[in-house]
Amino acid sequence: MASLKDLRNRIASVKATQKITKAMQMVAAAKLRRAQEAAEAARPYSERMGAVLANITQAVGGGGDAPALMTGTGKDDVHLLVVCTAERGLCGGFNSQIARFARDHIRKLLAGGKKVKIICVGKKGFDILRRDYAELIIERVDLREVKTLGFVNADAIAKKVIQLFNEGGFDICTLFYSQFKSVISQVPTTQQIIPAGVSSAAAEATDGGNAVYEYEPEPGEILSDLIPRNISVQVFRALLENAAGEMGAKMSAMDNATRNAGDMINKLSITYNRQRQAQITKELIEIISGAEAL
Amino acid sequence: MAEAFKFELVSPERLLVSEQVESVVIPGAEGEMTVMAHHAPVMTTIKPGVVTVKNAAGQEERYVVFGGFADIVPAGCTLLAESAVAVGDIDRADLARRLQEAREDAADAKDDQARTKAEQFLSQLTTLEGAILPA
Repeated sequence: MASLKDLRNRIASVKATQKITKAMQMVAAAKLRRAQEAAEAARPYSERMGAVLANITQAVGGGGDAPALMTGTGKDDVHLLVVCTAERGLCGGFNSQIARFARDHIRKLLAGGKKVKIICVGKKGFDILRRDYAELIIERVDLREVKTLGFVNADAIAKKVIQLFNEGGFDICTLFYSQFKSVISQVPTTQQIIPAGVSSAAAEATDGGNAVYEYEPEPGEILSDLIPRNISVQVFRALLENAAGEMGAKMSAMDNATRNAGDMINKLSITYNRQRQAQITKELIEIISGAEAL
Repeated sequence: MAEAFKFELVSPERLLVSEQVESVVIPGAEGEMTVMAHHAPVMTTIKPGVVTVKNAAGQEERYVVFGGFADIVPAGCTLLAESAVAVGDIDRADLARRLQEAREDAADAKDDQARTKAEQFLSQLTTLEGAILPA
């Protein structure tokens, strides 16, 4: 049985931990709000981009002059997976969820006889995937130093991907990230970015589809300018969603931790009080029985 | 008084402008153009330059954009810029950095086509710098 002093120390240390987790929860809440705002602010751009892209695709009509980024190489032998995770842990199952999702996907691809290459964005996903697929990871993007996620960060990743594509490094590129549903729910998601599939829903949604556009310069040229940019935008959106998801996951994880620490303190205090009481009773018995013996 | 139309200036990070305006001057890839209400549908890429927005009240505001493209329909105009800032907030260090990068790109270009492209970009940037920085 632990002594009273041990129990006292134990309680003090759990209290200190609780303070830390509480503080982390509050920090995560503040950051979450900012991340959500950033994600919201980025939405108009990607929406417009989707609409314009759908529009222009119609104009080009998927003809022979559509750039390779859009039509793909016509094969699906080599897959590039861009796995986006967080830089830091302590956010519940957030990172492992994405990593597990990616791992399942990789296993399926490998079983199908495909070749797989991985680009890891974020340290945590790299740490997890390295255990099983170290030889498949070709690149690791570190965003640890980045304080506020900017478009430049996403652009740099997208440029790398495009360069690799132009060198014939892969046929199909898929983005793995966590979609931010709500603070307590983040859904791991895949999105194919090369070849860029333009959703038919987006194409229908554009009312300008019937307008006869004039293009400056030629549609094909605009398209070849647009598609790399669209890839950057998709990556950017994924990163922002991830950032918001990470903070949401961290917030609920830290909330849980704070509550657990509270429970623990309660239990420890009860044990402490009981033991103190027991000790007092024991001392009393000793005194009384000593007096009776006289 | 010219008719107003809806103008939106969007950068990946945020929506900068969304208001009723009278006219907008866009640095199109094939020359500057002024967009007013009921413009014919045009889609154009834009080069680094200054976008001048004249809002419904007649006040002019200027924004620096670094590439992007514009989608113009009779009902409005959407400008998707790669990065955009108000002229007043331009960061000189950032501009200098972009210039430096463009210079390096031009120097490193492997083939003629890439070099022409890089040099074009560089000259656009230089023009831009001259246009917004008071001498």
